[in-house]
Parts: sequence; structure tokens; C-alpha cells
Amino acid sequence: MSDPVLEIRNLSVSYAAPDGGRTQVLHDLSLSIGAGEVVTLVGESGSGKTTTAQSVIGLLAEGARIEGGSIRLLGQEVTALGDAALNGIRGRVVSLIPQDPGASLNPVRTIGGQVSEVLAAHGVPRALRRDRVIELLGRVGLSEPERRFDQYPHELSGGMKQRVLIAIAIALEPALIIADEPTSALDVTVQRRILDLIDDLRRKTGTAVLLVTHDLAVAADRADRIVVLKSGRVQEQGAVADVLRAPSSAYARQLLADAPAFATARVRPVPLGGNTAVRVEDLRVEFVQRGAKTFRAVDGLSFSVPRGTTHAIVGESGSGKTSAMRAIVGLARPTSGRIVIGGQEITSQRGEDLRQFRRQIQLVYQNPWGSLDPRQTVGQIIAEPLTNFEPMAKAEREARVRAILDRVALPPEVLARRPAALSGGQRQRVAIARALILKPQVVVLDEAASALDVTVQAQILRLLDDLQRDLGLTYLFVSHDLSVVRAIADTVTVLHKGQPVETGPVAQVFANPASEHTCALIDAIPGAKRAPTLQGA
Amino acid sequence: MTHLISRLAQGALVLLATFTISFILVQMMPGDAVLIRFLNPEMGMTPEDIARIRVFYGSDSPIPVQYAQSLLAVLSGDFGYSVQSGVPVAQEIATNLPPTLLLAGLGLLTALGLAFMLAWGAVLGPFSALRRWIGSVPALMVSVPVFWVGITLIQLVSFKLGWVSVIAPGPWEKLVLPVLTLALPIAAPIAQILIRNIEDVSTRAFVPVARAKGLSRGAVLWGHVLRNAALPTLAIAGVLLGELIAGAVVTETVFGLNGLGRLAERSVRTQDIAVLQAIVLISAAGFVAISFLVDLVSLAIDPRLRSQRSLAA
Amino acid sequence: MTLQDTLLPRRSRTLPRLHVAIRPGLALAVAVLAVVTLWAMLPSAFTSFNPVAGLPADKLQAPGAAHWLGSDELGRDVLARLIFGARQSLAGAVVAVAVGLSVGSLLGVLAGSVGGWVEQAILRLIDVLLSIPALLLSLALIVILGFGTVQVAVAVGVTAVAGFARLIWAEVVTVRRSDYVEAAFGSGGRFFAVLWRHVLPNALTSVLAYAAIQFGWAILQISTLGFLGYGAPPPTPEWGLMIAEGRNYMTTSWWLTLFPGLVVIATVLATNAVGHALTRRLQ
Repeated sequence: MSDPVLEIRNLSVSYAAPDGGRTQVLHDLSLSIGAGEVVTLVGESGSGKTTTAQSVIGLLAEGARIEGGSIRLLGQEVTALGDAALNGIRGRVVSLIPQDPGASLNPVRTIGGQVSEVLAAHGVPRALRRDRVIELLGRVGLSEPERRFDQYPHELSGGMKQRVLIAIAIALEPALIIADEPTSALDVTVQRRILDLIDDLRRKTGTAVLLVTHDLAVAADRADRIVVLKSGRVQEQGAVADVLRAPSSAYARQLLADAPAFATARVRPVPLGGNTAVRVEDLRVEFVQRGAKTFRAVDGLSFSVPRGTTHAIVGESGSGKTSAMRAIVGLARPTSGRIVIGGQEITSQRGEDLRQFRRQIQLVYQNPWGSLDPRQTVGQIIAEPLTNFEPMAKAEREARVRAILDRVALPPEVLARRPAALSGGQRQRVAIARALILKPQVVVLDEAASALDVTVQAQILRLLDDLQRDLGLTYLFVSHDLSVVRAIADTVTVLHKGQPVETGPVAQVFANPASEHTCALIDAIPGAKRAPTLQGA
Repeated sequence: MTHLISRLAQGALVLLATFTISFILVQMMPGDAVLIRFLNPEMGMTPEDIARIRVFYGSDSPIPVQYAQSLLAVLSGDFGYSVQSGVPVAQEIATNLPPTLLLAGLGLLTALGLAFMLAWGAVLGPFSALRRWIGSVPALMVSVPVFWVGITLIQLVSFKLGWVSVIAPGPWEKLVLPVLTLALPIAAPIAQILIRNIEDVSTRAFVPVARAKGLSRGAVLWGHVLRNAALPTLAIAGVLLGELIAGAVVTETVFGLNGLGRLAERSVRTQDIAVLQAIVLISAAGFVAISFLVDLVSLAIDPRLRSQRSLAA
Repeated sequence: MTLQDTLLPRRSRTLPRLHVAIRPGLALAVAVLAVVTLWAMLPSAFTSFNPVAGLPADKLQAPGAAHWLGSDELGRDVLARLIFGARQSLAGAVVAVAVGLSVGSLLGVLAGSVGGWVEQAILRLIDVLLSIPALLLSLALIVILGFGTVQVAVAVGVTAVAGFARLIWAEVVTVRRSDYVEAAFGSGGRFFAVLWRHVLPNALTSVLAYAAIQFGWAILQISTLGFLGYGAPPPTPEWGLMIAEGRNYMTTSWWLTLFPGLVVIATVLATNAVGHALTRRLQ
């Protein structure tokens, strides 16, 4: 192999800290990418992977500074270059596919204008630009490229926007494309198509790709080599197959163990004919939209959940899973259908009855940053359901709070803290403690682990599993992530555009999906290519 | 289209409510509205005349009838008579509006120019220390009373430096200091909002994407940031009108210029209710008109609004 | 209501680079406010001059050893009048903010938590108040209430109502839609318990910072109305009125207008700095 496209040596980067000092976020990072190679940078939030990507393209955030080391692009040192020289490189030698396609296009300018810009910035004559842009839009798989040219970002879906951003990135056939979590904001089926597209274009042009991701499964599918980062240090790097088969660092081993994509399906006998904790019959939820049209968010959803088991409701964005969940916990009123929790019909309940019903079913929210009142202490948060339902002596209440805190494996010191002083995983434990303190029959988990890093997510999932076994809880698990569902659920319902397309035991659904949509969802789970070899190893 | 019509209807409703509230307040005053309106010394009316007029105009008639009558009168441009000058209020307004419009217009232009210069300096200035210093100037400027700016300018520019004469100045020379007085305190908040919006928009995800295309900082600011920053800045246009009118009251008083502001000041001093009521109603109408214009301009700038609207129609 | 309203306060933004410049000055701002507050409470501790009755022999003296900031046309000490004037301005601003805060909070909380037609009616009322320029609205109120210190303070307070009400309404609506409020209902909270425990404390924090900034704004407004002659009658020492009186001697006695103006600016600047610091702290 000739000169590497990208060669990073001993890179150290620091940020200005609030106290006036500096915090080092990258320590002696070295990696290189050869022509046409795909290297993934894997790490959790705060591991320094995005900082690395920003350093390469010379767009570090304000307050960040390169402390030492070198970055060479096609042999040219870029750390010492001024802004003007970097402008000549950005877009032409190295380009960027950003994280969040929804926010990465300027909402007030046309698609065509925004793609043309990269051509204009590097001297492509005006007369040639329009045709080139339309050709590019076609190449990234957008239908009707002429029409897209004059459209605005809000007229396109998330996947289409990401295609536009890819068109911008490949416009001048750069030597290196940095893809920074290019699909983490997209649905799993769209994610797959976008990653396929990047793969395909890369093969045709021979561009090298630095793929930044938190998802080991994506890395396993797409990369030649993996670099594992933690706290700004490289833990391990090597060929994908080697790292996955025999990780040499403890951290990589843990990442592998915790990645839901590589976990095997849950095999647990589903108690048949037992007590039914939740029964939903022909649930329909409709919304009145502007212009008095009704939009049917959920249509004909039926399932029942035996006590002590976990049922998952799975779907992509817009599938109606959230509307169904809100109706089941009594936060929204269904248009028709029956919801029976612990033998009690709840759709007809109102006022005080509804309030009393809430004791039976508690919700844990997706985002532990928003679901805890920032002004309360952890002790107040956990005790609140008790004050609402069971007036009791202060000492007794505190004892109950301490007991439940212990159950979710949090130290008693956190009682006096406020949510801002806790980590994401700790907050989610607090939310779980609040949900459990009333001893509900059913706990609804709304994407309850998806905002967390993989290792934290795995801890929370293990905690939920223990609690279920010890307390005989019934879970309703709402998720977009099939790999997580496979790891923790007993039964599953797949929703697609409001319609239930599949219901049954998890193992059966995964082995023999009956509907086309379920097939597509399962196929799109990243890591599928490598997972079998792993299980063999 | 439906959106614009509903906005117009909303504006009309606001104006009607403003009129209603002012009507109620005037009713609560000692004396009565008809008396105030026809108490014109030049009409030379005897108390008997007034009593007859009161019967004629139904001042003894129920309040709702009076309300309808004065609403109709206001709609036809009849705001009654000024107690102070005995001239119809409409005529007072007609003579005093043009100089104020000229002053306010020039003041606004100067303020916009200043604000853009400050924003540009605070965002693109050469050194970070200088950027920070320029960025903190508006915070100082909003804390300065308008009337004090006027007086200090006269002392400094006219008396100390002798650049502008205050004794028998030319028609334009006369306006230099008032325009500056009006512009300085208004420029400050515009600059603050511009700077803040530019900084906010600069943190949006499409900015690094644009930089990654190889565009320079200035090109991104001009081509991507400014248009997005303009939208929320426009939203303050209506409030700006209020600030201009308030500024005109003070500036015209300090510099002894004739205009709507001074008329307002005088009407308060002399308890000239009809005049003040007219000025309040006209300002509210101006506010509603400006808000409507802002809506139109936002539609032109933001394609998202356009398609929402067409979907709704 | 005013342009300052549109600048304030906002939730969860990145640290605004601009305000960093003010931060070292925060201690200074607090010191300025402390001094002005002490002036208002114990004016005679800071000066031995009588603020109302002057010494005709000392009239129109330039700043010097006898009169640090000079004396006016009746031989009254300017510094003494400034010190005694602090009470007028601060008390007036306190009344104004209290009126704006209490009425505004009531309207805003009512609109935000009840919803429905109550919310619509209150929002339209706010629209109407906002469509009238603040100064004109206070002028209209002064015509009805008459001239005087209290009247001016109340008039300024009423103009602040709409701003407070709109802010509190928006805060309540945001908080009400938050996950933690839904979670509080979900764990069995009753309407008023949730309102009291979660919605009000979270909505009112940013209102506090707004009130601080509104305080500075009220001082400016009161001095403007005092300057126009609608406030306390002479010979009351009031900052705006002092500038209005000093105008007659501005060709010769610059200190009569310069120093009162600087005191107003310093006080307003200090309250703004404290308000901004509060906004940052609360986020």
C-alpha cells in the first residue's frame, strides 16, 4: 500500500474548562487509513471520537486546542494550516457526512443551492454546476433529481436528507470521507440503505472512509479495521475479524459482551395459561388533524401479556408505538377498544378512578434527562408517588425509599442530590425506583435504555431483568431496537404504520417472521453478518 | 392565504379591544366623553347649547349606544376636539405626524446601520478581546436614559465642540442630534438580538456542514447564518415601533421639536384625553400593521412557513 | 412590551460568549446596588446636606471640596439630592415590579395551567397590552391616575404586566409539557399538587431573573416620567426630575445633568448585570 490517506500520530487535544484550566480529551491518539479503506472509530459518548473527526477536518469546537501530535492528509500536515488553506482542503480532499440529517441542511435554502455550493467553493464554473448537482442527486439514489434541486430540506424525509448530505460529501470525489454517526438518527431500515449507499459509492470511487460510531454492530458490518476509543485513549485497534474474535483489551471485551446485537435470543419458557396482566383488544387511537381530517395512529392492536413476562411493542418512527403506549398507561384516551390491566377495564375510567388506577401501571421514560424534576432531590423524586397515595410517617417513608434505592443498586448518598449531579444511568435507576415504589403490577418502559451508552444500557437491562424475577413484574417494552427486544422480551408485537403486522413469542418471530415488514426489520439489524461467527467462537 | 386573512382578522380584533378598553377608561374618568369632545371654546357654546348637544348625541343614552357611536366616529376618522387647542384632533394629528415620521424614519435607519456595524464587529472583529468589547457595548447602551443622551449630546456636540448649532439651525442640521438621540438607545437592543441570533444560528448543525464544504467563515455567515438569524430578529419590529414612539416623545420634548411625541407629552400635561386616546389608537394600529408586514416578510424568507400555509389552505 | 423583553430569558442555551465580559464586573454591580440601597434606606448617614433646602450663597457651584458633585441653582448639594433621590427611584421600581409581577403571574399562571378559553382570553388581552407602546400606555394611565410618585410607579408596573404574563404563561406551558410533569401525574399526583410541587417552582425561576432586569427597566421608565414632570413635584429630589431641572442651566452647569444621568446608568447597568447573572445561574 502506498502513502496512507490519513495518518494521525500522537494527537492530543484539550478543551477550555469552565474553571479556566484545560481538560485533555484526546491522549496520544494514533491511527492511519489507507486508500479505499474503511476504518471505524468506536466509543461511547465522551470518548473523544467526534473530537478526532473534527480535528481531521479542522473544525474543532471553540475552546478546543491541539496540544500536540500530527495529522497528515495525503502526506500534508494539516494541524499547522491556516483557515484559508484548510478551506481549500475541506470538501475537496476530505469531506463530512454529519450526524443529524434533520438539522444539517440550511432550512431556508434549496437543496440544489446547498449542493452547488461545494462545487462553487472549489472553482467549478457556474455553467456546469446545475447538471453536476442533478447527476449527483441521482447517483445517491434520490428519485426525480430535477425536482429535488428546487426543493427545500423540510420537503424531504430524514433518509433523503442524508442522501443529499452524502451527495455533498462525494461531489468532488475526496480522498477521505468522515462519516460521523451518519445513521444514528435514522430508522433501522433507512440506516441500512444509507450505509449500503456509502459502501457502494466508496467502492466505485476508491475513497477512504473514517466511520465514527457508537454501535459496534455497525462497525462489525462495515469496516475493515476498528479503533476502540475510551476516555480519549485508544484501547485497541486491528482488523475487524480479529478484534471481534479475540479482543485484547478488557474494554473491548466488555463492549462486545454488552452489545445487544451480539446477544443471543432470550430462551425462557413463556408461562402459558397463567394469569394475564395486560390485555389489549382492538385498540384504536385517532387524532384530529388540521382541516378536521382524522389520522389513525393505531389501528386494531390486540395482545395479552402473561404476568411476570415481558412484551415488546416494536416499530420505526411513526409506527404508532408511542400512541399505543400512551393509551395503555392512561395518558391519552383511545378512540375505541379495550385495555384491561390486572382484570380492570381502564378505558372508561376518569378522575379519581383513573388516578387510583395509576398505582397499577407505571411508566419509565426514554429520556432520564427530562423525566426528573431538576429542582427536586432524588429522595423527593422517589418518595413522590408515596406522598400521593399512601400518607405515612416520615420515617417509614424514608425507609421505603432507602429500600427501593438499594434495589436499584444506588448508594444512599444520592438521596440528597439533584438529577443534574447524576449520570445518565443513575438517573434512569432513579426513574425506575420511582416507578417501583408503589409496587405496581405493570411497568411500561418507553425506549427506557436507548438514550444510554451500550455498557450502561446493558447494566440497566440486567437490572430490569433481576427486578422482574424478584418482584414478579410484568413489563411492556416499547422500542425501535429489535436487537434489544431479542435480548430481553418474551413476546413481541411489531407495528407498522399503526397496524400490528406480527405478534408472537420472540424466538418464533425472529426465526420465522410472517410479514414482509418484520423480515425487513430483522435483516436491517446491524451486526447480522458477524453475529453467527461470534456465537461459534 | 387563509393564514394572512386570519392574521388580519386577529389584528382587527386587537384594535377593537384596544378601542374598547380606552372607551371604558374614558367612561371611568370624571366628566363625560361627549362633554370632553364638544368642550371647544371656539365653538362658543353656552351650557344650554352643550346640554342640547348632549341630548342630540345621546350622551344620556345607554352606554352601548354611546360605544357604538364613538366607534363609528373613530372609524370615520373623527377623534373629537382637543381641549387645549380647540382644533379637531384629526387635524392636530395630521399636522404633527409628518415631522415625527421623518424623525422616526431617520432614527430607525441610523439605528439599523449602527446595529449591523456592532453585530458585524462583535461576530467577525479581528481579536477576540475586541469582539467581546464590541459585544458588550449594547448592554451599556440599553441602560442609558434617552433624555439624558439628548441633553449630553447637546452639551458635548453643540456647546463644547460647536459642530452643530442649536440656535437657528438649518432644516437638516436641526435633525442631526435628535436622530442620533433616538437611534442610540434603539440600536442597542437590535444589535443585541442580532448578535444573539447569529450566535444561536452558528451553533446549528448546518454551519459546520457548510464549513466542511470549504466555505470561509464570512461566506457561511453571509450565505447561511444571516438569513436564519433575520427571522427571529424581524419579530421585534412591532416592539421597535413602540420604542420609536416612546423615543419620539422624549426626543421631541428635549429638542423642542414639533411632532406627535410632543403632542402626546402636552396632552398628558393638559389632561387632553381625546388627543392622547387618538395617539394611542394610531400607535396600536401601526403596531398591528407592522406585525402584518413582518408576517409577509417572514413568508418570503422562510420556505417552511410557505408550505405549511399552502397545506392549510 | 419593551425591547428588553425580547432579550430575556431563555432556556438551555450554550453559554453566551458575550456575557463573559460582564462576569468580572458582577462584584462591582453588586457593590453599586448595595450602595444605592443603603442610600435609599439611610440617606442621612451619607451626607450632612439638606436635599431640599439650599444655601443661596452656594448656588451653581462647580464640583469641588465643599460640594463634591457641585450644587444647583438654589444652592442644594447635588450629591445629597442624588442620595436622597435613591429612595424615590428604588421604591418606585419596587412598586412597579411588584405590580407587574403579581398581576402578570396571576394572569400567566391562570392562562398556562387552566387552558381553554381562559387561556385564549388572557392571551388576547396580553396582545392588546403589547400593541400599545409602553410609554404611551403609562402616559394614558397617568392621565387617569393623576401625577405623583405612586401613580407613576403603578403606571410603569401596569405596562410590565403583559411582559410578565406572557413569560410566565410560556414557562408554565413548557414545564407543563415536560416529561417530569407527566410523570408526576402518572405517579398519581393531583392537579394542584403537581402545579405547586413542579410547575410553579420550575416556571418561576426564570421569572425571578426577568424581574431583576425589569427592575432596571422600571428605574429607567420612572426617571423618564420624572423628567417629563409627571412624577414627584419639585422640590422632591428625584433623579429624572433633577436632570429636567438641570437642563435650564446646561450651558453653564454641566454637573447638574451629568451626575444624575451617570447614577441612573450605573444603577440600571448593575441591575441588568445581576439579572443576567441570575439567568445564567438558574439554567
